[in-house]
Amino acid sequence: MAIVETRLTGKIGSLTRLQITQFLFGLAIIFAIIKPLLPEFLVRIPVEMILPYDIWLQTLFDFIKDDLGLLTVTRGISSVLEWFLDITANLLYGKRRWPNIGPVPWVAIAVVAAVIGFWLKGWKMALLAGGTFVWVALIGQWKLAMQTMSVIAVAAPMAFLIGLLLGICAWKYPRFQRAIMPVLSILQTLPFFTYLLPAVIFFKVGPTAGCIATIIYAIPPMVLMTTLGLKKVSHEVVEAGHMSGSTRWQMLRYVYLPAARTEILVGVNQVIMLCLAMVVLTAFIGMPGLGAKLLSLMNSLKLGRSFEIGITIVLIAVTLDRLSKAWVVKQPEHFERGTSWFVRHKLLIIGIIAFIVSIILAQFVQVADHITRKQDLSMGKDIDNVIRAILANDIITGVTDWLRWFLITWVLIPFRNALLWLPTGSVILAMAAFGYFVGGRKSALLVVIFFGVIALTGWWDRSMITLYAVISAVILATLIGIPLGIAAARNPKWSEPILLVCDTAQTFPSFIYLIPAIMLFSVNDVAVVFAILIFATVPLMRYTIEGIRAVPSELLEAADMAGATRNQKLLKVQLPLALPTMAVGFNQAIMFAFFMVIIAAFIGTQDLGQELQKTLAGNNLGKNFVLGMCVSLMALAFNHIIMRWSNDRRKALGVG
Amino acid sequence: MNDINPVISCKSVWKLFGGNAEKYLASMKKGQSFEQIRQAGYIAAVRDVSLDIARGEMLVIMGLSGSGKSTLVRCLSRLIDITGGEVKVDGQDIMDLNERELIDLRRKKMGMVFQSFGLLPHRTVLENVAFPLEMRGQDRHDRRERAMEVIKLVGLEGREEYFPRELSGGQQQRVGIARSLAIEPDIWFLDEPFSALDPLIRREMQDEFLRLQEILGKTIVFITHDFDEALRLADRIAIMKDGAVEQCDTPDKIVLNPATEYVAKFTEEIEKSRVIHAEVLTKPINGYKLEGASISADATILQLSRQLIGDNRDILPVTNKDGVLIGGMNRQEALNVLLGEN
Ligand SMILES: Nc1ncnc2c1ncn2[C@@H]1O[C@H](COP(=O)(O)OP(=O)(O)OP(=O)(O)O)[C@@H](O)[C@H]1O
Ligand SMILES: [Mg+2]
Repeated sequence: MAIVETRLTGKIGSLTRLQITQFLFGLAIIFAIIKPLLPEFLVRIPVEMILPYDIWLQTLFDFIKDDLGLLTVTRGISSVLEWFLDITANLLYGKRRWPNIGPVPWVAIAVVAAVIGFWLKGWKMALLAGGTFVWVALIGQWKLAMQTMSVIAVAAPMAFLIGLLLGICAWKYPRFQRAIMPVLSILQTLPFFTYLLPAVIFFKVGPTAGCIATIIYAIPPMVLMTTLGLKKVSHEVVEAGHMSGSTRWQMLRYVYLPAARTEILVGVNQVIMLCLAMVVLTAFIGMPGLGAKLLSLMNSLKLGRSFEIGITIVLIAVTLDRLSKAWVVKQPEHFERGTSWFVRHKLLIIGIIAFIVSIILAQFVQVADHITRKQDLSMGKDIDNVIRAILANDIITGVTDWLRWFLITWVLIPFRNALLWLPTGSVILAMAAFGYFVGGRKSALLVVIFFGVIALTGWWDRSMITLYAVISAVILATLIGIPLGIAAARNPKWSEPILLVCDTAQTFPSFIYLIPAIMLFSVNDVAVVFAILIFATVPLMRYTIEGIRAVPSELLEAADMAGATRNQKLLKVQLPLALPTMAVGFNQAIMFAFFMVIIAAFIGTQDLGQELQKTLAGNNLGKNFVLGMCVSLMALAFNHIIMRWSNDRRKALGVG
Repeated sequence: MNDINPVISCKSVWKLFGGNAEKYLASMKKGQSFEQIRQAGYIAAVRDVSLDIARGEMLVIMGLSGSGKSTLVRCLSRLIDITGGEVKVDGQDIMDLNERELIDLRRKKMGMVFQSFGLLPHRTVLENVAFPLEMRGQDRHDRRERAMEVIKLVGLEGREEYFPRELSGGQQQRVGIARSLAIEPDIWFLDEPFSALDPLIRREMQDEFLRLQEILGKTIVFITHDFDEALRLADRIAIMKDGAVEQCDTPDKIVLNPATEYVAKFTEEIEKSRVIHAEVLTKPINGYKLEGASISADATILQLSRQLIGDNRDILPVTNKDGVLIGGMNRQEALNVLLGEN
């Protein structure tokens, strides 16, 4: 046996990686050609062989839930959370709960936001922060926005704390880190529906479940950033701490955590943004707020109001993002010795005074307290009409109709049918070839296992439909995003503003991208692909620009001196060096696409997303998890292959 | 200088970097060279070092970059755990200390200035300097007072509210020095503490440490690349190469009788007459009668040069600080040193 094995490996060793890849790929094609002759299990896993994962999981969940009494624990947690949520809800929009003093008048909140903005980054930030809240109030969405904010106000600090603690543990105990890392990467690729259902089952429906789902969703980056930051603390700083005789606790409190401030604050920024993204999506489990309103407006195709809510969400996202990023880069400033307490805390005092004045003002002036329906400046109807008028324009309808027709009949449907027609074995082999080419035997094996598990769940066809939407959208996004990125990168005048736009666009909750898609293409596959397309183009463009701009200038000068033309320089120097970075963008595009395709389910696709959404209605946790894992496994397979390639490439080029 | 009870005493201390270093060291044959150890996949940062440092002594460690100076000092303060051997501080094996005892030792006895300063980036100068006091639980007012005192001493008055990133390299280094001065430890580890200072301040700082050593009897282990500095400060100099201490002796002896070829090369460029004191060349006279003016035992040959050339006696009488005759110095021998012939 041993001899056979060595002979086999010897033989494999003598083949080049390319040959094996070709062999695997050839086999995949042969499988496709001789499909009618293939044994059944290679075409589709027969029903008898499908493993009832969902039932097993369901049993497991039931066991944990009922027999181990997890439900009592979680209900306990939810009552604590509910207490916090009631407080923020009372303060922000006047829900009748303890402490019964809210709602805080909108003017007061806007003023405080402006002062915080000023403190962090000066007038412009003050204008953005204050302006956002003024807009929200004037457009008549104050209560909706505050419902959303009241959940974020609880979820973000919770996610921060839990993430920080886990991050510290992961840094302190390598074994814990090894255990938690795979869990985190799965969590980051799990579709959000998979967060929602357990939250609903284990925690009561409504804000509490939404809050829990949001917290869990926002934890992973906080853990990663904390660990990263703590590891990066310079060892002489650590040694200085030791030599000063710090105890362990003192080391953590006075040395490590403050020295890792930047990374931890970057984590805070990500926590806030993910909380916002998720809290909007919790509309699917009946959480009131901006997301729920947007969902119902889009369902009834009220485009004008959807548009306004979209702007509100975008403004809030940009404000939260910019504020927290300003906090990251804000360094403490020193005051001269002997500066009085009042001068040192000037802005704090101004903020408090402004807050109190606005509250007093609101007692006497009704508009400053709240804006009634009649007073708001919403122009939903008018915008509706304008949008309809624009869309009814012959040229636009002509273009969109043609595009829709072309894409559906010539691209999407054929591609989808092809994927569905292909035998399972063939797809898995092709993926294995792909994996082998990039990462050798281990990657190939990993990909085969991931896709094999999907095949065994029996959700193969739905998975392929999901994959089809993802791949078509990402290919289109690549065709658009990369040339645009290259064009922008070559002209510094353009690259700055475009990077800024990409940066801003990436902070939008994904839900927003559905609005233009539905406007242009109404509800069908093209709209789904279009929504994914714009969502995925953003990272592609961004990383292309960043990759090209990061090419060291000496190399470009060397190329210039060698007499290269602009195009030669691009093709021979810039692109090859930028490719690893561009691959990261491509990977992100795919991850975003998997995320978006599930959200788009509500437009009425037939993929895993729709099935997932159905599970929300019942409480079939087992099935929900199996579906979630299918999405996650596909995403992880792509993630593994692309990142592996990018890292190898980087090493080969000797950068990073 | 060799006290009966050295403050720090290390016996064949080893520090190897690499996985499972202890196991490797235990099974390693004696007398492996640095290269051989490296072939085995380990870096011998400290190699079989034995040193005794007496109370009140200033030991200067010198050696090329990467020769293991910083690592040795880290072993002495147990910032890193040694791979083999033993380090005793005041007779206590510091490898046996538990966490609490180690913290106590550092709070009460040790201080260190780091090569790249090791300032806490989020604290002002004042807070950085007060940090060790804060860890000891001193109250706010006292520690501010003390911190201000030493900040003044290192010449950073007026910058106490600055953050490290707002200071120049030399100023940052002075913050590091002030931080260790704040607690006036008995044992001081100074890792190139003056490397970023201008000559004027450097001299002031050297004087300050000499003063502390003399008046308060502090024990100081000092790393430097600057031979002049070493000469000014050192009671003894240890010269390291590839992790091993090649020679540890008074400056005169190192220059006069280098133990190895490496030390000879290391000290080759130095003008010996500046290092060597009359005392070293003095021999007992066994009742021999010496005439004329005597010279002082702790003058360097360079300082005596005029006298050496002008005089015509063969043997010059040498007296110590108290004016007692301790012997005679061969004038020709001294002239050889002065002319660099040896
Ligand atoms: N944490 C570490 N891991 C691995 N090797 C190390 C580590 N710290 C030091 N070394 C190695 O140990 C050797 C001695 O380093 P050390 O810092 O003690 O040198 P040094 O004499 O202080 O040099 P310099 O004068 O440049 O400060 C070097 O070869 C270094 O690469
Ligand atoms: Mg060093």
